[in-house]
Amino acid sequence: MSFISYLINGISLGSVYAIIALGYTMVYGIAKMLNFAHGDVIMVGGYIIFTFMSTLGLSPILSVLIGIILCTLLGLTIEHIAYKPLRKAPSLAVLITAIGVSYFLQNMALLIAGAESKSFSSVISVPPLSLAEGRLTISGETLVTIPLCIIIMVSLTIFVRKSKTGRGMIAVSEDKDAAVLMGINVNKTIAITFAIGSALAAIASALMFSTYSNLSSTSGAMPGIKAFVAAVFGGIGSVPGAMIGGILLGIIEIISRAYISTQLGDAIVFLVLIIVLLVKPTGILGKKIQEKV
Amino acid sequence: MKTKILNVNKSMGSNLITIGMIVVAYTVCQTLIATGSMTNLLKNLLVAMCYYSIMAISLNLTVGILGQLSLGHAGFVCIGAFVGAFFSKVTISTIENTFIRFSLAILIGALSAGLFGVIIGVVVLRLKGDYLAIVTLAFGEIVKNVINVLYIGIDSKGVHFSMSDTASLNLEEGGTVIVKGAQGISGTPRNSTFTIGVILLILTYLIIVNFINSRSGRAVMAIRDNKIAAESVGINITKYKILAFSLSAALAGVAGVLYSHNIATVQSTKFGYNMSIMILVYVVLGGMGNLRGSIIAAVLLTFLPEYLRFMRDYRMLIYSIVLIAMMLFNWAPACINWRKNHSLKSYINAVVRMFKKNKKEA
Amino acid sequence: MDMLSVKNLCISFGGLHAVDSFNITIKKGELYGLIGPNGAGKTTVFNLLTGVYKPDMGQIILDGQNITGKSTIEINKAGMARTFQNIRLFDNLSVLDNVKVGLHNDNRYSTASGILRLPSYFRTEKSMNEEAYKILEVFGLEDEAKHHATNLPYGKQRKLEIARALATNPKMLLLDEPAAGMNPSETDELMETITRLRKLYDITILLIEHDMKLVAGICEKIFVLNFGMELANGVPQDVLNDPEVIKAYLGE
Repeated sequence: MSFISYLINGISLGSVYAIIALGYTMVYGIAKMLNFAHGDVIMVGGYIIFTFMSTLGLSPILSVLIGIILCTLLGLTIEHIAYKPLRKAPSLAVLITAIGVSYFLQNMALLIAGAESKSFSSVISVPPLSLAEGRLTISGETLVTIPLCIIIMVSLTIFVRKSKTGRGMIAVSEDKDAAVLMGINVNKTIAITFAIGSALAAIASALMFSTYSNLSSTSGAMPGIKAFVAAVFGGIGSVPGAMIGGILLGIIEIISRAYISTQLGDAIVFLVLIIVLLVKPTGILGKKIQEKV
Repeated sequence: MKTKILNVNKSMGSNLITIGMIVVAYTVCQTLIATGSMTNLLKNLLVAMCYYSIMAISLNLTVGILGQLSLGHAGFVCIGAFVGAFFSKVTISTIENTFIRFSLAILIGALSAGLFGVIIGVVVLRLKGDYLAIVTLAFGEIVKNVINVLYIGIDSKGVHFSMSDTASLNLEEGGTVIVKGAQGISGTPRNSTFTIGVILLILTYLIIVNFINSRSGRAVMAIRDNKIAAESVGINITKYKILAFSLSAALAGVAGVLYSHNIATVQSTKFGYNMSIMILVYVVLGGMGNLRGSIIAAVLLTFLPEYLRFMRDYRMLIYSIVLIAMMLFNWAPACINWRKNHSLKSYINAVVRMFKKNKKEA
Repeated sequence: MDMLSVKNLCISFGGLHAVDSFNITIKKGELYGLIGPNGAGKTTVFNLLTGVYKPDMGQIILDGQNITGKSTIEINKAGMARTFQNIRLFDNLSVLDNVKVGLHNDNRYSTASGILRLPSYFRTEKSMNEEAYKILEVFGLEDEAKHHATNLPYGKQRKLEIARALATNPKMLLLDEPAAGMNPSETDELMETITRLRKLYDITILLIEHDMKLVAGICEKIFVLNFGMELANGVPQDVLNDPEVIKAYLGE
């Protein structure tokens, strides 16, 4: 029974990774850059929701909504100031900038909120579900997280395939120059992608901190990196891939923490990344890209 | 054939300037110490400046010369620090000559870090760009996490390892625990001196510069500039990538040995992502591919925060702004235009034009 | 004697036959032109010959040595060097160092002797410099030896690419549109240079070119590729007057 409980926790954590991974995978697919600061947007989202809910006493739903709006604005600002001027720069320069932004957000949060970590109270008030005569309990957070992740995934897939903006995104990801010739505003498309990614980060942040209540300036970095691992695992650029990768990674992490070593949980996740990149660098659902000579 | 000066070592002059700068700085510091006018605070930083400089120039070999971003450089420093400290603690009673023992510790620390560099390089260097960066980060974290739970003890039967606690080492009576998990290694002989640090810095610098200006270094830079063209003239891409990467790792190991012999206790948590980023800041601020710049940046950023209060409080924030600002300054189109219009050369030209104009009018 | 003999070379990308049963025999010392409309598969042929792509079928023999399926590096060592349609220089290296990278495999000393500056380092570097300057002089680039490759004007960058390829001491040289983007006088100069280096280095050349003046002017034989297949093959006056070739170039 404990195995099933671990499995469910793994799927729940994996769903959060999946939502974060979406932000990575869409930005990577469209802007061809690794937005290293994505994980830290989650941390900022956590602080925003925490401030409105616990300090100012607003309702959880309103706090999360404010969190979504402010994170979206943050994502757009980062893109505009730090990434947009570097569209034609070498990828090394863009990556270093993104690392700078990530580091900036972390240390800004540290200065404003202090080194002491905050205890985030859950935004979810769904009662836990008791199964098999009380031997298996599923938390309210899990009951919300998993369906919400599926809803986001499905609606995002429909948005990308059916809407004009979504098809513009596909076009930009396939060929930026050709997209310009077809009358697509590349800058706007990339900005929208960042906005969606950051809004999702805020949702992920509400879900993640509701389960793992510890909120500090660095608590976004590790989930962020793991979600990137998940995005690579599923095949970078692929929306369903992010979901599969996220959930698999969540399960691997929880199970290995339970049965192998608590302290080495992160190391094992990284080992998975290395193995995936060596065996199938394009991920489970990724496409092969050939360099043109 | 026209007679050309076949200048084999074209950058000799530049190297001498760098080494001269280090020697002058060293002499000034020694004079200050001798006359008693150096504060203890600064004295304590001298060795640190050396090892941070070594870390910076060794990372510059990977980032500036090989053109690959490594976010796990602290992992190699960590390996060097632990292996070196372990060696010194184990041999402290058998090798009594400090010079020989410390030299061997440095050599062994460098070799182990270099060996890890080869292993990680084989894995990592098949990937490119962003993937490579994230995997080096992963390796750095794995090294840190594994050493953090590692226990090693020694008794008459040999070396015992454990990943859980001291008790499970099953040491016999009289055995000593050397590596104590999260507590790391303590009581390493404090052999690192400023003089040794400076000598090691100059040696590391010469190794890197000579490597860059040799056949192998040219091959590495050719791969950086254009991999496909390098292959087309028969350059073995994998071999030279791994060569540069592991050399960089080995030299980071040297910095690690210097580090662990400078302080009483060395713990693996010190060598995390934050340290890797800090080294990257030195490289970026000093200019990628510019070794002298790396050294200056490392020294300044070690020195300044201790003296300027605001630099101490906002140290990390300043690092992050340095990273972003340097990249925008170098690559944003608006900044490139600004630099073109405000370069020293353009001012000189403007002045020259003004003079010419005045002449005509006169 | 045959320098290059290619039999029945094929490759397809996702169902598209990019190169379809390509056959060519080039004699030692010959200068062969490979022409054809855009998208005919000319550069793909070069990529197959140099091991960038592995052929689905066929055989490539270079000077009696089977190089089919070998890696780019092995093929270069076997004696084939090339230039690229979109110039690929080592931008941040000096002009001299670009050529010295080409000399890499024939002038060896260990990494350790480079770092320790042992006598073999100085000896080899000196002879490499002499040889590199000799090659640069053929192309009139010796005065720019210390410049960054990226600062050279376009025409000189193309020449430097040829110089670098030549530095690997090849038996056979593949030139991918060497005159692209050059003005008529630069093209004339290039033709003169190619003729001269054939005399100096006794080298076999296969070149892709759109400039018909250059092709008709210096090539001894011409191969016309269309939709990945052979359209014509022979001496210039026959090939260039072939109604099929004219049709392929000018349309119906």
